[in-house]
Amino acid sequence: MLERGEVANSWRRERWDSLRLLTPNWLSRLPGHHYDGPDPDGYMTSGEVVAFIEQFAGVTAAPVRTNTAVTSVRRDDDGYRLVTSGGELRARSVVLAGGACNVPTVPALAAGLPPGVRQLTPFDYRGPDGLAEGGVLVVGGSATGVQIAAELRRSGRPVILSTGEHVRMPRLHRDRDVLWWMDATGVWDQRYDQVDDLTRARRLPSPQLVGTPERATLDLNALTDLGVELVGRLSAVRDGVLLFSGGLTNVCALADLKMKRMLAGFDQWAGLSQPEVELPPTRVPAAPRWQIDLGHGEISTVVWATGFRPDYGWLDVPVVDEKGRLRHEGGVVDSPGLYALGLPVLRRRRSTFLNGIEDDARAVTEHLATSLPVPSSHR
Amino acid sequence: MTTIDNGVNVQALLDAREVLKGAPDAAQFTWRASSKWQHGVHSTTTIEKFFGLGQEQTHKNETTFAADHPAVFAAEDNGITPIEYLLVGLAGCLTAGVASVAQNRGIQLRSVESTVEGAHDIRGILGADSDVRNGFNDIKVTFHIDADASQEEIEALVAQSQKRSAVYDALTNPTNVTVEVA
Ligand SMILES: Cc1cc2nc3c(=O)[nH]c(=O)nc-3n(C[C@H](O)[C@H](O)[C@H](O)COP(=O)(O)OP(=O)(O)OC[C@H]3O[C@@H](n4cnc5c(N)ncnc54)[C@H](O)[C@@H]3O)c2cc1C
Repeated sequence: MLERGEVANSWRRERWDSLRLLTPNWLSRLPGHHYDGPDPDGYMTSGEVVAFIEQFAGVTAAPVRTNTAVTSVRRDDDGYRLVTSGGELRARSVVLAGGACNVPTVPALAAGLPPGVRQLTPFDYRGPDGLAEGGVLVVGGSATGVQIAAELRRSGRPVILSTGEHVRMPRLHRDRDVLWWMDATGVWDQRYDQVDDLTRARRLPSPQLVGTPERATLDLNALTDLGVELVGRLSAVRDGVLLFSGGLTNVCALADLKMKRMLAGFDQWAGLSQPEVELPPTRVPAAPRWQIDLGHGEISTVVWATGFRPDYGWLDVPVVDEKGRLRHEGGVVDSPGLYALGLPVLRRRRSTFLNGIEDDARAVTEHLATSLPVPSSHR
Repeated sequence: MTTIDNGVNVQALLDAREVLKGAPDAAQFTWRASSKWQHGVHSTTTIEKFFGLGQEQTHKNETTFAADHPAVFAAEDNGITPIEYLLVGLAGCLTAGVASVAQNRGIQLRSVESTVEGAHDIRGILGADSDVRNGFNDIKVTFHIDADASQEEIEALVAQSQKRSAVYDALTNPTNVTVEVA
């Protein structure tokens, strides 16, 4: 195992200070390695995730070569040649497990923002203290966006959240974690070849969830209650003016409908017909602003919470499509002996999360073991 | 299962989606209109040809639209106001979307009616107040739908039709517009 940094590198270097997992402790498990602390329904901090993964590396005695960055993987005879910061290697088979979130995605229109406005990605963001005084525009309504917007608003700054389509969820449904329902009802077990629209499922933004000791819901209504202003999806920057979509009402309606359908599905699964107290619809401002002139100084910082993507810059095998996605069938990459793990909906919906690795790793290593001819000298 | 029929060939649309996924060039369409000044603020605009699927295409019939201003604008009212054409486009597009999504979801429609209202402060176009914009301040669409579906399914139809609507997108998001003199 080659690791450019240390074990659990992404949790050490690529998360903001206050981040906690949005999956509860009992669900943030690795193969044969469970949380065994006093608070199974709580949510680990990044530091706790680091300790958890380090522990796992220890008990499994994983052969990790740390501080070894892979800079090139190319096809070579019946295997692959790897160039690393620690020298060259040959391998008959390679599992790509470099993560799905190596680079924060920033829309091209960011280039049109005036230089006086500071732009941050979630990788640059550590906490409110690192920001200048003044208003903040957070672009993106997924878990990252709502969490950062809430934290910045609580620090006293004026915050505007720009959101397109998003995934609304209550933290608890009938007193249980909404992710308990996802897990128990089998939603997360849906296989990649059973999902209606796989491309869409793989691109689905993370749900508006946060892990807090209070187990509080962090949907758009919660942000409105905190005093965050909602605007539509950022669609253009023209002469220093940000232009937002006028479709905020509909993206909220879509999210409300999808959430209702999901919760109704949970109830149906549980055989519960008595409806739970229904969550109020998302409150959309009567006239959301559709333009903000950056020249007025209202906004000093823009945070791009517009998703992440993998970096395949080091992969010199033609298996990445025109949109930068790896071509694979459930982790079996379109090149003999090449495999992938740790991508959204790789084999199941749960593949997107830490606990997805168990099934995925088993399936992928089984395929690898049966396709890899054992050399005669090793028989 | 009883077959439902809203008169939309959804299969053709789904097939086209699959084909065009791999053929982005064929998916490039250009819609065209030719306009001619008549008299006063009255103009006529004709639509017949467009480009798409890699070649010139022609509507079954040429259609001519008249635009004018109403009498309260001291005009002859030979046709609807240009900005009202946006309402025509929006209603037509959303209604088509409702019918298509319903067909795709197996929902039989009995009637789909809507009213579209665009709130317009005309001080903008008159130059009476530079803080007032020229276009609509907001647009409200109200659907009345009778269908074999629950209220929630109907709401979902309407939401999905907005999500896939060309005119809704064109009105809610900015578009670069270039006007030249040839
Ligand atoms: C902000 C955020 C919050 C998340 N919250 C949750 C959550 O609450 N619950 C949950 O279950 N999941 C969560 N996830 C998803 C979770 O991160 C993934 O499921 C999990 O990290 C996948 O692990 P991984 O080892 O595949 O990828 P990573 O954790 O990204 O690890 C990949 C490793 O590969 C190394 N690497 C990359 N490229 C190279 C190279 N060229 N050479 C050498 N080494 C390389 C990296 O340094 C890194 O250590 C979150 C993700 C993000 C981004």
